[in-house]
Amino acid sequence: MEDWKKLCPLADIPRLGSRVVTSANGDIAVFRTADDEVFALRDKCPHKGGPLSQGIVAGKVVTCPMHSWKIQFENGEAVAPDKGCAKPYPAKVEGGLVWIAI
Amino acid sequence: MNKLKLVMVGNGMAGCRTLEELLKLAPDLYEITVFGAEPHPNYNRIMLSPVLAGETKFEDIVLNDLAWYRDNGITLHTGKQVTRIDRKARKVVADDGTEAYYDRLLLATGSMPFILPVPGKDLPGVIAYRDIADTEAMIEAAKHHSHAVVIGAGLLGLEAANGLALRGMDVTVVHLADWIMERQLDKTAADLLQKSLEAKGLKFLLGTQTSELVAGPANDGGRVAAIRFKDGTGIPADLVVMAVGIRPNTTLAESAGIHCERGIVVDDTLQTYDPKIYAVGECVAHRGVAYGLVAPLFEQAKVCANHLAQMGIGRYAGSVTSTKLKVTGIDVFSAGNFMGGEGCEDIVLADPSAGIYKKLVIKGDQLAGAVLYGDTGDGAWYFQLLKDKQNIAEIRDHLMFGSHHVGDVGHAGVSQAAAMPDTAEVCGCNGVCKGDIVKAIKTHGLFTLEDVRKHTKASSSCGSCTGLVEQILASTVGGAYQPADTKDKPVCGCTDHSHGTVRQAIREQKLLSIPAVMQALNWKTPNGCATCRPALNYYLISTWPKEAQDDPQSRFINERAHANIQKDGTYSVVPRMWGGLTTPDELRRIANVAEKFAIPTVKMTGGARIDLLGIKKADLPLVWADLGMPSGHAYGKSIRTVKTCVGAEHCRFGTQLSMDMGVKLEKMLYGMWAPHKVKLAVSGCPRNCAEAGIKDVGVIGVDSGYELYVAGNGGIKTEVAQFFCKVKSDEEVLEYSAAFLQLYREEAFYLERTCHYIARVGLDHAKKIVVENEARRKELYERLLFSLQDYEDPWAAAVTQPVVRREYEKLEVL
Repeated sequence: MEDWKKLCPLADIPRLGSRVVTSANGDIAVFRTADDEVFALRDKCPHKGGPLSQGIVAGKVVTCPMHSWKIQFENGEAVAPDKGCAKPYPAKVEGGLVWIAI
Repeated sequence: MNKLKLVMVGNGMAGCRTLEELLKLAPDLYEITVFGAEPHPNYNRIMLSPVLAGETKFEDIVLNDLAWYRDNGITLHTGKQVTRIDRKARKVVADDGTEAYYDRLLLATGSMPFILPVPGKDLPGVIAYRDIADTEAMIEAAKHHSHAVVIGAGLLGLEAANGLALRGMDVTVVHLADWIMERQLDKTAADLLQKSLEAKGLKFLLGTQTSELVAGPANDGGRVAAIRFKDGTGIPADLVVMAVGIRPNTTLAESAGIHCERGIVVDDTLQTYDPKIYAVGECVAHRGVAYGLVAPLFEQAKVCANHLAQMGIGRYAGSVTSTKLKVTGIDVFSAGNFMGGEGCEDIVLADPSAGIYKKLVIKGDQLAGAVLYGDTGDGAWYFQLLKDKQNIAEIRDHLMFGSHHVGDVGHAGVSQAAAMPDTAEVCGCNGVCKGDIVKAIKTHGLFTLEDVRKHTKASSSCGSCTGLVEQILASTVGGAYQPADTKDKPVCGCTDHSHGTVRQAIREQKLLSIPAVMQALNWKTPNGCATCRPALNYYLISTWPKEAQDDPQSRFINERAHANIQKDGTYSVVPRMWGGLTTPDELRRIANVAEKFAIPTVKMTGGARIDLLGIKKADLPLVWADLGMPSGHAYGKSIRTVKTCVGAEHCRFGTQLSMDMGVKLEKMLYGMWAPHKVKLAVSGCPRNCAEAGIKDVGVIGVDSGYELYVAGNGGIKTEVAQFFCKVKSDEEVLEYSAAFLQLYREEAFYLERTCHYIARVGLDHAKKIVVENEARRKELYERLLFSLQDYEDPWAAAVTQPVVRREYEKLEVL
């Protein structure tokens, strides 16, 4: 059972940008793609813990600002040849609002 | 929908690389069938010598294993030779009767070894050196026989000879020319190489022509037993390896009536005279040239794949090749016209006892060719100069001593790649050792610097070890490595266009947004990537100030947040202090902020400003509000600081008011974005306490005015700034500095410092425009002032504007 929580209006997250959500499990990065899909990942690069929310978003991938690892939104996995995973959380847009399930 | 059918004949490196490139561009366009005459998947032919020498096994040199064909849905027929193309029915037929229909056919039939037409050429024990079967035959022969003769002292011949000697055979190399490797080396280098090979036990017969191979007794299977020469002499030989050259394998194409000359004739899109049939690799003749090195073949593969993918971008315009190889542990390099001749001059350095010989051939103001023996560390650099036809007049004096291309940081010295132990750290930024790099190259079959960067991260950060990584790559893959052409290098994997082309398109087509650029230039990815977007954003705002919209999401986080991200995710703040001057009031505010926000570290920066480190992102606007000072831009590809000495204001030696001049410069340049960071300094006298000699623009006061220096750098590799011009007044300092910087802003590629930019275009170019051409100088000056007009302090904006402030605020679930 997913426990959906209301986060913010979609417009509060810039396209190809992100916002950080504080949670009991640590910070979560919420990304918005060019075509207004949203994705949430633990805000910690599997490489050296860099804040993924601060990276550059392109397609469904964010490039970590620390050492340029590329992390995929859909499963949190690093793009090869790097290996590692940032935990993904369910996120959706409904009625112009962003929802996430933590 | 039925997929188009693509059939490839020949399962070698050029063909498979084409398929790999094609699958990247259009994974679902074709149903692909591959025919290979050998019973193996695609392997790395360049690595046959290490297999022969016993350094590696066949399994380790396979590039595409059977799973790769399966995973990509490719039907693979190994051990089947295609014998017929039916162009009307559009099908190929193999020797066992297998047929395959095609919509597009790709011929990658490679080359055939040239066999000397002498009596006895077909005897058992006489082989060529071309594939894994030949290599295995040699390994087998070495177990039972002792006398080997290698005919031909080219690269392949010498490698075969070396491998056979390592396997215990007595080896003689027979060569028609007067010195070995005459196509790659001049006589001096060849003699050095021959001597070192003789020291390893190889014997040489030069200027010797083979007349006959003689069979032994029939009870020995009629195997070859001796070789005879034209002068009547002979020596025993129970293994003869013919390595006298290769020729494009055009048999199949010719039998199908496809136009062939030296090879299968193709145009710049790798299309043959039959528009449904393409050809790549060693079987091809492009503009009359057939290539035998891997690098040009991979360039062909890339272009061919693009056209097969129906994208229709890209032309193959031929390759300038260089030879960089390792012959039995000795590095040799040659490129271009290394023999010299009329109108050429030679610069020679010879140190025979150290085993080093270098010859540079110069024609006019350009490097025409080079031979390096023993120390090939600068080969890539010379090759670049040669390919780019760069004017070398200015650097001719020290051309021989190399580029110092290899990083200085932590590993001084040239050509140490081969001698380095596997545990030696190559990339200091990412902690990558030589062993990691060699292993990645071998296991993943890497050929380019880009590939190595991707897999190992080596040289992907500061780049100072690039030269060393290139050397390791070159010494691991041998002749396959070819340095990338920096001028035409694509911006990133999202496009085939170079920085130069992109800049030009933005200017000429007046493109005003990143999506517009991507559309106009057929970007391959929808939103680009973290490499191209910041570059595009810079090109747009520098080319069309006040018209193109700055895109914060295409800026690196430091420029988006206006502070420097640190390893723990906190930020550092450096407030602007014009010319390095401050006041008790500012210092008091800084001290208060440091206490209020419990800022853990306060230090002076290299540019003589105060750095507050360890600030949480959410606190940044609060810190800025309390500071009440403008942004110091210590985070940007932008104007950083103008460092000053105290100058004539206080100093008894000062000739000019350097603090005042520094403040004026810094105020003029405030808010200037640039291809990379920009640092200035003003010293009040030639003692130069502000270190103006290593700045992008250095100003040194003298009694009669100021001397301007440009393109210095104190970073990864120290570059002393070069004298630019002398001016009389403060106004001239502003005008000339601004014009130079604007030229750099308009012409440099993103992430190019002024020293790299000037190294590329030449100091004379900048002098002609800025110093000698008053009209253009004034235009540049005006354009810079125009783009800096009304620049708003980003810190103030974050303090006062809620929309900007959002960047710094965290969300909570409701």
